[in-house]
Amino acid sequence: MHTGRVLRLQSHGDNPRMAPPSPALRPADTSASTDPTTRPRPSSPADLFWSFTWLALQGFGGVLAVVQRELVEKKCWLTHEEFLEDWAVAQVLPGPNVVNLSLMLGDRYFGLRGAVAAVGGMLAVPLVVILALAILYSHFAAQPQVAGALRGMGAVAGGLIAAVGVKLVPQLRKHVLGFVPSLVLAAVVVLAIAWWRIPLAWVLLGVGGVACGLTWRKLAP
Amino acid sequence: MTAMQITMAWSDWLALLLQFMLLSLMSVSGAITAVPDMHRYLVVQHGWLSDAQFSSSVAIAQAAPGPNVLFVALMGWNVGLNAGGGLAGGPHAWALGLLGLGITMAGIMLPSTTLAWFATRWLHHNAQRRGVRAFKQGMAPVVVGLLVATGLILANGNQRPDTPAWHLWLVAGVAGLIVWRTRLHLLWLLGAGALLGALGFV
Repeated sequence: MHTGRVLRLQSHGDNPRMAPPSPALRPADTSASTDPTTRPRPSSPADLFWSFTWLALQGFGGVLAVVQRELVEKKCWLTHEEFLEDWAVAQVLPGPNVVNLSLMLGDRYFGLRGAVAAVGGMLAVPLVVILALAILYSHFAAQPQVAGALRGMGAVAGGLIAAVGVKLVPQLRKHVLGFVPSLVLAAVVVLAIAWWRIPLAWVLLGVGGVACGLTWRKLAP
Repeated sequence: MTAMQITMAWSDWLALLLQFMLLSLMSVSGAITAVPDMHRYLVVQHGWLSDAQFSSSVAIAQAAPGPNVLFVALMGWNVGLNAGGGLAGGPHAWALGLLGLGITMAGIMLPSTTLAWFATRWLHHNAQRRGVRAFKQGMAPVVVGLLVATGLILANGNQRPDTPAWHLWLVAGVAGLIVWRTRLHLLWLLGAGALLGALGFV
């Protein structure tokens, strides 16, 4: 592991503008644990675009619940573990997390073209829809049923997202920190965000920092 | 949501673009965290949007399909409409609306997606480093907690004074249970929620 890391660093240092590996090879060179040839994957950037368009259009009040359902459970492009890891990265980077996630996935399969296709799919058609809704809304804003329907969908959307979290709990059984410590960390995050209303950046720095630090110590050097 | 009459010079559009580019880099965990600062800038400091236009932009985007970040597009659209004299202003106002939409979306998206792209590539090439693995695995429990907390906040954020709070929790709880245990299509659940809301249950 050590030598591999050093070699990798050197190759970067020798040629910092090294061209990225060809897109077709990229999934194979990293996820050695899962056989990329048998895994379902998007067939083309167009497939990515329309897949992300379709899941964005199902995502009322946030796309996250749909992303997990479509990409992990239906299309099987990601495992539960990969979804957790990728989402952690997407969440920590600035910018909308679902947009970051689609960018990461698109880039992984088809490089820059894939990233553009995935982000475009996530934004283009929903943008048209939301403009139409805004124009409609200016005509119907006074109707109490319209406001009520929006509220009802908001409540359901809350349940959907919480359920995504609950569904991922079994994944924590395999965590290097152990199941119970992982659950405690998750519970602290819930309390900090939903109960004490601590700004997310502090929670990520604080609890996230502790979690990553503990994990780092557990992982073999 | 009546339009206001404002004048936007080219320097104003440029300032709007730069402001949103700055916010883009500060919006860790989503553009929604930048909402207070957008309000300060657009409504209080410059008067480019009315309070009602600002909050309806956020509300519509929350309710509409697609990423929540699209509320930024509606803000730009409304600024443009205001500059063009409102929806009644005809093609001129629509063109300005689209210009505003393009400017705010480009501002909020370009810096963060560029950064995300480079960060993703770096992480990809260094996936075996101990630090990277520790980060990705260590964040897993935090992510699970974040999802549950986000769901709780979303469900709770819609409360109306004249219906009991437990109605809302019941709807959110049953929806969560169904998603957890079944593979029913999410749109059925959202439709049921919309119906319950329209009937006045929540």
